[in-house]
Amino acid sequence: MSRKSAISDILKQKIKGLKCRECGKLYPPAALHVCEFCFGPLEVDYNYDEIRKHISRERIEAGPKSLWRYSDLLPVEGHPTVGLYAGYTPLIEAKNLGAELGLKKLYIKNDTVNHPTLSFKDRVVAIALTRAIELGFTAVACASTGNLANSVAAHAAEAKLRCYVFIPGDLEAGKILGSLIYAPTVVGVDGNYDDVNRLCSEVAGEYNWAFVNINIRPYYAEGSKTLAFEVAEQLGWKAPDHVVVPVASGSLLTKIWKGFNEFSALGIIDGVPTKVSGAQAEGCSPVASAFKEGRDFIKPVKPKTIAKSIAIGNPADGFYSLKAVHESKGTFETATDTETIEGIKLLARTEGIFAETAGGVTIAVLKKLANTGVITRDETVVAYVTGNGLKTQEAVINAVGDVVRIEPSLDSFEKAINIKGEKGRQI
Amino acid sequence: MMIKVRIPTPLRKLTEGKGEVEGDGKTIGELLDSLESSYPGIKERLCDESGNLRRFVNVYVNEEDIRFIHGKDTSLSDGDEVSIVPAIAGGSGGDYGAF
Repeated sequence: MSRKSAISDILKQKIKGLKCRECGKLYPPAALHVCEFCFGPLEVDYNYDEIRKHISRERIEAGPKSLWRYSDLLPVEGHPTVGLYAGYTPLIEAKNLGAELGLKKLYIKNDTVNHPTLSFKDRVVAIALTRAIELGFTAVACASTGNLANSVAAHAAEAKLRCYVFIPGDLEAGKILGSLIYAPTVVGVDGNYDDVNRLCSEVAGEYNWAFVNINIRPYYAEGSKTLAFEVAEQLGWKAPDHVVVPVASGSLLTKIWKGFNEFSALGIIDGVPTKVSGAQAEGCSPVASAFKEGRDFIKPVKPKTIAKSIAIGNPADGFYSLKAVHESKGTFETATDTETIEGIKLLARTEGIFAETAGGVTIAVLKKLANTGVITRDETVVAYVTGNGLKTQEAVINAVGDVVRIEPSLDSFEKAINIKGEKGRQI
Repeated sequence: MMIKVRIPTPLRKLTEGKGEVEGDGKTIGELLDSLESSYPGIKERLCDESGNLRRFVNVYVNEEDIRFIHGKDTSLSDGDEVSIVPAIAGGSGGDYGAF
């Protein structure tokens, strides 16, 4: 597929600019993320009248098998230039896991196999870097708990952009190596993610870089909508009854809710019955706590959890994720570290999918919601599994079985593996 | 009563460039009114139409977030230090802030 042919027909003038989510003040579609008047976050302001004239199921179906098939609702102005193969991951009907949990129509949205770095971050980065290039940047950066760093580094290599990724110093080895291999500058900060983020806000003010989750955030965050678009399309153009989404900054959940509603408002699907429920690690659950205590503001916490990819104590979109959960009549639930490990193992054992810790949190929360009847048997349910377990091996290394060690002889094998009844059977 | 108030960079245009100013009031609400009379225009940047503090403006009294005290009714004593901090640091000189 040539780059030019990825999308045959780019919709012009779909972006009007940026708009403050709080006070509505308008800004040009530049590298801006905060309202100078009221300090609210900026969001892309689409020209929906124009989009409505063109978008259709048929137009989407004729598009590439990547997230760029939803290009009409993504904040780039031209053809994609980087991350052409991101998205369009499998929606798996999880019959085995569903049977264990008593759910008849359970699906796993499997972003553990996203291209190229095996997490949902490949979606947001494809959008962010395409937009950064459109805006004329030659260097990109991010503050990351690991997955984002991997994805920014890989896509920057593809796009020949200079790259700086900032991570907490104590990340899992797989996530550090998964950035270093692409040869960016990897800065390990002595602190947690919230410290890294605070530092990066200062760095972003000093350097003319495209910080994907700071000054490019309004564009970057929109990439997560494709997790709603794909699920709706893969379910035969309808939104599910209930989704379970891991919550770190809260952006992913907020944008999944937005994605379903955008599709509905544009007539691509018929209504949004979806309850959106958030999953947090018990050791870092500022949004779940606000929900349970009936607060509409987030009290920052110091994270203490093995689920490092979602260990954000001061979530940027915490308020909006809380609002989305309330609007959709979903709920929040948490998982302990032990439950998280059990969640990873349960998904692997039943569906053959190896998720990272955030996926373990999501599956553990799904299980709780099914057990307590919050999710009911006949609902169509989608659990978003957003990252790959091979990157967080430390979490489960002591929770799996051992290798059976033998001499290279049949005798040694049979002594070690005492299986009756299978011997001699030929299929 | 004299209260020291730290002003974030984006609002210093309204305070003649000063990063620290003085105000008066027995509560945060009164303090904001006192700031408005000295530096007209500052209150609408901090409060919405109904007079509530804007969602992405954090106010701390002696390092404690007033949302966890009594919000605008949080009482002040002589010598208290108040910091106004945008919740999202801007690329245009927000000095700090959690994103």
